[in-house]
Amino acid sequence: MISFGLTEEQELIRDTLREFAADALRPIGRECDEAGKIPQEFLDTVWELGLTNTQIPTEYGGAGEERSAVTNAIVLEELGYGDLALAIAATAPNAFANAILDHGTDAQKQYFLPRILDGTDFWCQGYSEPGAGSDLASLKCAAVRDGDHYVVNGQKTWTTLGHYANRIFCLVRTSSEGKPQTGISFLLIDMESEGVDVRPLITLDGRHEVNEIFLTDVRVPVDNLVGEENRGWDCAKYLLTYERTNSANVGASYAALGRLKALAANRIKNGKPLAEDQLFAARMARVEIELANMSTTNLRVIASVAGGGAPGAESSILKILGTEVLQEITNLARIAMGPEARILHDEKAPGADALTDAERAALTYFNYRKLTIFAGSNEIQKNIIAKRMLAL
Amino acid sequence: MQLGYSEDHQMLSDTLERFIANEYPFEIRDKTANSEAGFSKELWEQYAELGIIGALFDETAGGFGGTGVDISLVFEQVGRGIVAEPFLAVLLGGSCLACGSAAQRAMLEEVIAGARIVTLAHDEPNTGFEPPSVATTARRDGDGWVLDGEKIVVPFGGVADDLVVSARTSDDNLALFLVPADAQGLTRQHYNNVDGGSSADIRLDELRVGADAIIGADDDGARILQQAHHRGVLALSAEALGVMAVTSDLTLTYLRDRKQFGRPIGSFQALQHRMADVVIAIEQARSAVVNAASAFDEDELAAARTLSAAKYTTGRTGQKVSEEAIQMHGGNGMIWEVPVAHYAKRLVMIDHQLGDQDYHLQRYIALADDSPES
Repeated sequence: MISFGLTEEQELIRDTLREFAADALRPIGRECDEAGKIPQEFLDTVWELGLTNTQIPTEYGGAGEERSAVTNAIVLEELGYGDLALAIAATAPNAFANAILDHGTDAQKQYFLPRILDGTDFWCQGYSEPGAGSDLASLKCAAVRDGDHYVVNGQKTWTTLGHYANRIFCLVRTSSEGKPQTGISFLLIDMESEGVDVRPLITLDGRHEVNEIFLTDVRVPVDNLVGEENRGWDCAKYLLTYERTNSANVGASYAALGRLKALAANRIKNGKPLAEDQLFAARMARVEIELANMSTTNLRVIASVAGGGAPGAESSILKILGTEVLQEITNLARIAMGPEARILHDEKAPGADALTDAERAALTYFNYRKLTIFAGSNEIQKNIIAKRMLAL
Repeated sequence: MQLGYSEDHQMLSDTLERFIANEYPFEIRDKTANSEAGFSKELWEQYAELGIIGALFDETAGGFGGTGVDISLVFEQVGRGIVAEPFLAVLLGGSCLACGSAAQRAMLEEVIAGARIVTLAHDEPNTGFEPPSVATTARRDGDGWVLDGEKIVVPFGGVADDLVVSARTSDDNLALFLVPADAQGLTRQHYNNVDGGSSADIRLDELRVGADAIIGADDDGARILQQAHHRGVLALSAEALGVMAVTSDLTLTYLRDRKQFGRPIGSFQALQHRMADVVIAIEQARSAVVNAASAFDEDELAAARTLSAAKYTTGRTGQKVSEEAIQMHGGNGMIWEVPVAHYAKRLVMIDHQLGDQDYHLQRYIALADDSPES
């Protein structure tokens, strides 16, 4: 999709990824969803191809290329064209690696970065708590210093792929003095530690993607503190901005739109293909135009960021647009299914095939309601735009 | 597609922006755009001297621009200043002249020099832009032609020196004719526009023109019109973008300055979220114009679709931005003396030129050539 102003290297990455997304990613996406698990072979291939580690310095096992928001966008867009969940799983370590590179100690870089690259460690993110969603800074999960350790007590929730990860980076409260943001620290926790309890949270579409994590007297070495104590918010903000920018979902939306068009061409309404129904065609055209516009908006925002940083408040624009477009596409797929959208297919029945996109249309629609909620709800994004961009 | 501009393009844009800022404050705009002619001849000549009209046409047409970027940059500034001068009229008229005879192309040079206004008379009562809907006829009369019909809301048709008239030469074919405004058999009813400037309705009764009046061949009309239409659609989309950008700035300033309940109204979340929506929509509109300016120079079908996407986007967003600006200005948005009201009017009226948002959405769908992917 991205077609201008790329360096030769970026073009090479794009072409490699496009092929990889079509050949390797798309076919296993559904399997992975249903198994609730990402096959190690997939992650191994991603890292072998060097698709996500290009910007990690060579001394830590990466390819040592200059960090580039444009490259990141290409990687996610092309992988997303194959399968969004897998694309996020494959690229998320990159964001975390950047955070360690920027804020971590030498020892942390030397220990953790190679383990990300060789697949030893898979990280999940411990931010949200039952009482701290949009108001993340009000989080309560406490880390109390005890000699060379922190003792952590509290609960994290909506932890994506927490049942698969062996490590979690957590925001914990180390002080209740001053502004809520100033008492937060960024702590790396081994999920095999005693006192870590992961419980599945089944979402409204019946899937296991997210978890609750209970931390009871978990002892974490102080060496696992990233950055200074009580200064973890800066690090967290970097990751959140990165996540928001990636929420543009351009590749995933183009892929979903392609599937929607195929569906609309095959569904019959009033004796003719749904794609020829004037109202439905108009709704598809509207979202297609919005997506084409967004693709350029995405590039304009990213191109305005020099080097490896993440865009600032402008990334909130991408988050809002990207999530609304993808939601609308899945909404139209649901509508296209008519009465059949309500059929709950038993994918576990003996001899049952994996569900098709059409069969999953309603479930995907419900699953994707999460898009406008996670990574800072779209209302929070509008607050950010109003305050930081518009100075209101 | 390019995101940055060349030095020349940046200079063109800066020159025009500076000129409008210095010479066209709101009081002058208010006076000239609502004068009988609907524009200022002096300002028009100055635009010509600055080379702004020439920037709309390529070298073969006697200009020194004419690319998608040239047209969109000029019209974005035209929009920022809600400039009423006949840029669109001469872009459409001139675009047709550029396809004509040596004499007709020579006339385009006068247009570029600011010495002559040539506009396009195409729209008719109860029709859209589509060429097949033209009812005006041209029948052969010896070497020449006789034109009969009615044209409406011809931009600056009441003050133009010449008109390019679309007419049916057969059931299947259209042609364009260059007609002097003082030709016998031509009557025009001149009026001002809601959003400033002027237009005219034109009647053609047994109007005789010579063989040299036809532009191109007697079946070239639809093709030439399409090219003019594309230029005009790009221009209006870019103009809308410029109008929106300033409308948004004015509204933002108002939200910061206006106090109610003892604090700036921009501190209220209800208005903050409305304003955020406006800003996001304008970013999307800007992307649509970037896409259109880039596709304009590409193959015809890609250009046609992308241009329609842009006109649809700017039409839809323009209405939203206009309505939100008035709403957020409260009572002050309803007052003639407050500039934002005139920006809002121009923004909505752009959607009434060269096809509105519904027209362009339908055209976008009709032009689809993509086969569904599996």
